[in-house]
Parts: sequence; structure tokens; C-alpha cells
Amino acid sequence: MKILCSISHVPDTTTRIQFTPDGSALDRNGVTFIVNPYDDFILARAAELKEKNPSEVHVTVLCVGKNGSSSTDSVDANLRKALALGLDEAVRIDAEPVDAFSVASLIADYAKDKAFDLLFFGKESIDYNGSQVPGMVAALLDLPFISYATSIELENGAARLTREITGGKEIIECPLPLVLSAQKGLAEWRIPNVRGIMQAKSKPLHVLAPTGASPRVRTWKHELPPAKGSFKKVEPDRLQDLVQELANKGLI
Amino acid sequence: MSAVLVWVETTEGRVRKPSLEALTAGRQWADALGLPLWGVVLGAETSSEVSAIAGEYGAEKLIRILSPELRSFVVNAYARALSALVREKNISYVILPQSYDGKAVAPLLAIWTDAALFSGITQIPEKEGKGFRARRIAYSNKGIEWVYTEHLPLIVTTKANSFIPTKSPRKWVEEDFAFTPDARDLRAKPVGVEKVTTDKIPLTEAEVVVSAGRGLKGPENWKIIEELAQVLGAATACSKPVADVGWRPHHEHVGQTGIQISPNLYIAVGISGAIQHLAGVASSKNIVVINNDPEAPFFKVADYGIVGDAFEVVPRLTEAIRNYKAQHSS
Ligand SMILES: Cc1cc2nc3c(=O)[nH]c(=O)nc-3n(C[C@H](O)[C@H](O)[C@H](O)COP(=O)(O)OP(=O)(O)OC[C@H]3O[C@@H](n4cnc5c(N)ncnc54)[C@H](O)[C@@H]3O)c2cc1C
Ligand SMILES: Nc1ncnc2c1ncn2[C@@H]1O[C@H](COP(=O)(O)O)[C@@H](O)[C@H]1O
Repeated sequence: MKILCSISHVPDTTTRIQFTPDGSALDRNGVTFIVNPYDDFILARAAELKEKNPSEVHVTVLCVGKNGSSSTDSVDANLRKALALGLDEAVRIDAEPVDAFSVASLIADYAKDKAFDLLFFGKESIDYNGSQVPGMVAALLDLPFISYATSIELENGAARLTREITGGKEIIECPLPLVLSAQKGLAEWRIPNVRGIMQAKSKPLHVLAPTGASPRVRTWKHELPPAKGSFKKVEPDRLQDLVQELANKGLI
Repeated sequence: MSAVLVWVETTEGRVRKPSLEALTAGRQWADALGLPLWGVVLGAETSSEVSAIAGEYGAEKLIRILSPELRSFVVNAYARALSALVREKNISYVILPQSYDGKAVAPLLAIWTDAALFSGITQIPEKEGKGFRARRIAYSNKGIEWVYTEHLPLIVTTKANSFIPTKSPRKWVEEDFAFTPDARDLRAKPVGVEKVTTDKIPLTEAEVVVSAGRGLKGPENWKIIEELAQVLGAATACSKPVADVGWRPHHEHVGQTGIQISPNLYIAVGISGAIQHLAGVASSKNIVVINNDPEAPFFKVADYGIVGDAFEVVPRLTEAIRNYKAQHSS
């Protein structure tokens, strides 16, 4: 059983976001980059599957990205953190991610002749919140796609999954290989232990040159959201004023 | 050329809000481009009611792709059907609703039609030089990204609650488009559905959301939240720790790791406003914060703030709304 976990390299959730003066890019100065939180779910699920069957399951962790100039902006370091959960090998495709299409073509190109049974993705990257890469890889490889998966169980070469839908969950049966994007629920987050961290240091990390398709979409510019002025303070004994204001805005 | 195409998604035969938003965006875009607006409906069957709704929201043609294999949503099959249509009719502009299924279909459709994709746009794409640019929310509500492309076809998904469903009735015609999915595209088989919100408004579609956090102290205290939600016709939500300890069901958890929403009104009760919580709610149009700690970070993004004890303020707010409604309903 071969599993591919694609992870993205994103600013830490608590980072104050700032852009370069011309708005063209994120100001990476002083920003700590982490593994995309949704990708932690797939790493944890892959680690569980590996633990159940260590000799049968092989897990590759993949990221398309370049290492930044500071130690807090290292794709390789995040790949090693992923390996520390007990996964087998890491691959970094040495290209700056420009748009989802070019990233997906690089991933699909890497995966196409490797016979992965499961291709795991997070539901979205918390930087661009695009939710595009996983479905694009599925389409490029012509594999079934299960989006917003909240569980996956394997039996006899097939999978039983649940996926989030409006107002509930859908249960799906699907043969392998398949592509999924993970929502909370797929697995409990894991923190690597010291032994895992030590072992990860000597696990293979391959750096590959990109063989890429050209991007179709680029960022025109970034802006910060309009700053909220100070809020209107409502005294607990003047709630009728608030109700009136909300009603004036058509909210009540 | 030909038209702007909108997928009119139906659930149990009904057109849902994300599709009305997509049709509204579609009408605006079609007008800006001087093109007609077409809707497309997929399924095993449809009704004239669905076509009529599409017509009411501005579609001039409703294309029906009907096949027994399309009875349940299977993303590969739906994306394949749409791409056959887009290719056959030479369509350059497509809008998909920002629903679970719309978001799932978009990237596959983009690949199979060789299109560019903008996801979660808040305004229709505008012409810029040789291409189009559009505004979207990025960095979990902490940034705005303008995306640009010169590539056609261009597919977009609309951000929830960015386009207010607006009627713009047109004379419409219906047309059938023949398509039978290949077994390859039906490898994933939906075998059942677990409903969690049968009688309530789904959180992702609610215009008003009342949400509460650890400040409520225990699950037995949620009655005041539910009453407030009820007078407002609102959906209920909660912070992550509250769902984690089982005070509230997981499907109510909003934020970075939960559901992302942007209702017209978000009322946060006893929630501190941690950055991971705000990541899921900060694009709400109006935010009311009720918290007994004047230093709670949530106040920084609030439009209205009430410093006070939730157990006193919430029932009084419910009462004040009831009174207002009683006075203003003739
Ligand atoms: C990677 C990561 C992802 C996360 N994702 C999410 C997410 O998706 N969603 C999410 O919500 N959190 C998320 N969190 C957790 C988040 O950081 C906060 O811990 C959480 O939001 C706090 O929940 P809370 O506001 O309910 O509780 P608390 O922080 O305990 O706040 C309770 C608030 O209630 C107020 N209060 C107390 N008593 C009263 C009273 N009687 N009346 C009025 N107010 C009162 C207090 O002043 C306080 O502000 C995540 C954390 C991490 C690390
Ligand atoms: N640069 C990247 N390298 C590897 N995987 C990625 C990359 N960008 C996105 N992904 C994967 O695609 C998922 C969705 O990302 P996105 O489509 O960018 O929202 C992420 O959770 C990752 O699993």
C-alpha cells in the first residue's frame, strides 16, 4: 500500500499578515511557517495506517516549495517534522508555488508512474484558501476524488469514507486508487515523539527539479482588509438601541 | 463566447441559496460582458419549478443534463458532464456555487476544460488589460488577494454571502444536453447520508448566526443561546473547545479548523476571539460581541460590543428583539 501525503508550507495561524510594499507578495520577514493544519490530519491518518501495518504501508510526504532564507521558513524542516510521525520518505519539488494549477501539475507529474493507492491532501491551504490543488490532481490523474473527507477505513482493496455535505455527512464506497481532501475528523492531530524526531533525521529527503506546466492564474496584488474602526459600545441596559440599529440594517 | 454558464445545484429537487448567489453573480457578469446567461441543472430528473427559479434570477436558457447515473452527486461524473457541455458549446465563462459540491467540482472542471480557476470571489471578475481580475479573501480573513488571468475559459466560484440573491426575471427556454457518464467516473459510490440538521438552517447558508463559547460554562446553559437564535431565525454555532468536550455537536464548530462562515450577522457570546476562531468568522458583515471581559480580543473585530454577563445580557436581548418584532408586525 503506497500513500502520498501532499503538504503545504504556510504562515503560522497566529501570524500577523503583512504584504510587501507593492502588495505583490507576503512579507515573509519574521514569519514562522508551519505544515498546513489540515495536512496534519492526513499525516496523522497516514501514520495510523502505517502503524497498523508497518511492513505493508509506505508513506511519502511531498511539498512543492523552496526553502526560505530563515530557519523558521524551511520546507525541509517541515518535511522532517512530518517524517517524525513515523512516515517513510520525503520529496520536495524545488519550485515556488505560483498557482494551484502549476502545483497540481507538478504533483500529478511526480505521482503518475508511482502507483500510489491513496493520495491524501488537506481540504485547503490556510494561506490562499483555494481548495483547488487536490481536485486538480485527481482530474489530471483521472482518479476518483472525495472532498472534505472526515473518515476513511480500508478493507479488501477498497475504501469506505465519509464526507462533509450541507447539513450532514455522506458515506461513500470507493475502490483504490483514490484522491481525498481532508476535513477535521479524519484523524486526531499527532505530535512527534523524540524517537520519531531522531529517526526522521536520517530518512530520505529527495529534492527534485520541477518539470512544470505554466501557471494560469497569478496574484495581481494583495491588500489588508479595511481596518475596523472601534466598535460601538452598547450598555447592557440599552439593548433596545442595538435592536433598532440591527433592524435598520435589515438584520432583524 | 456564447454565454455565461451557472451550475444551478439542486438538493432534493430544490434550488439552494448558493446557487441563487451564483445566478445573481452570473447575471451581473453576463451583463458586463454583453452575453446571455445560461443555467445548467444536473440530475436524474428535474422540474419546471427549477427552470422557473433560474429564469427568475436571470437565466435565459436552462440546460438539463439528465441521466439516471446522475441521481446522486459524484464529483467526477458531474465535472465530466459539465466539461462536455462547456466544450461542446464553447463556453468561456462559468460560475459554480460555493457549496460543498460546487467547490469539489470546480478544480476537476478546470482541468478537463483547460480553464483558469478563481475560487471564492467576492465581486464579479472585471476586465483588466487583456485579462480579468477578481477579489477574494485569503489568509483566513487576514488578507485580500486580487487574482489575475489572461487564460480562457475562466471558471469562478462565488464566496458565500457576497452576492445577495436578486431577482432579474427573463424569458427562459429549456434545452436538453445528452450525456451518459462513463463507469470510470462513477467509481466512487455514495451509499448513504447521515443528516445532522434536518429541521434547522444549515450553518453555511444562514444569514444570522448565534455562537457561544466556553464562557457559557456548561451544555445545560445553551437554552438562552437557542432562544436567541430562535427569535432571530438564526443558526447556532460554537467555538472549538466547546465541540471538543462535547457540549455541542462537532458540526457547529466554526473557525480555522471548523466551518468557515460569513453571515450578515454573527453574535458571539462568551467567546474570547482567538485568532483561530476569527479565521472562520471575521468576514461576517456585522459582528456583535457579548463578553464580560472588556479586554477580550473579540472586541477588536466587533461592530457592536456589550460588556456584560452573558446570563443576563442574552435573555434581555432576546426579550428586546421579541418586543421589537411584536411592535413592528402589523
Ligand atoms: C491549530 C489550532 C486550530 C484551532 N482552531 C479553532 C477553531 O477552528 N475554532 C475555534 O473556536 N478555536 C480554535 N482553536 C482554539 C482557539 O485558539 C481558542 O482556544 C478557542 O477559540 C477558545 O474558545 P472560547 O473562546 O470558547 O474559550 P475561552 O478562550 O476560554 O474564552 C471564553 C470567553 O468567555 C468569556 N466569559 C466567561 N464568562 C462569561 C460570562 N458569564 N459572560 C460573558 N462572557 C464570559 C471570557 O471572558 C472569555 O473571553 C484552535 C487552536 C489551534 C492551536
Ligand atoms: N505547494 C504545495 N505542495 C504540496 N501540496 C500542496 C501545495 N499546495 C497545496 N497543497 C495540497 O493541497 C491542499 C489544498 O490546498 P489549496 O488547493 O492550495 O487550498 C493542501 O492542504 C495540500 O494538501
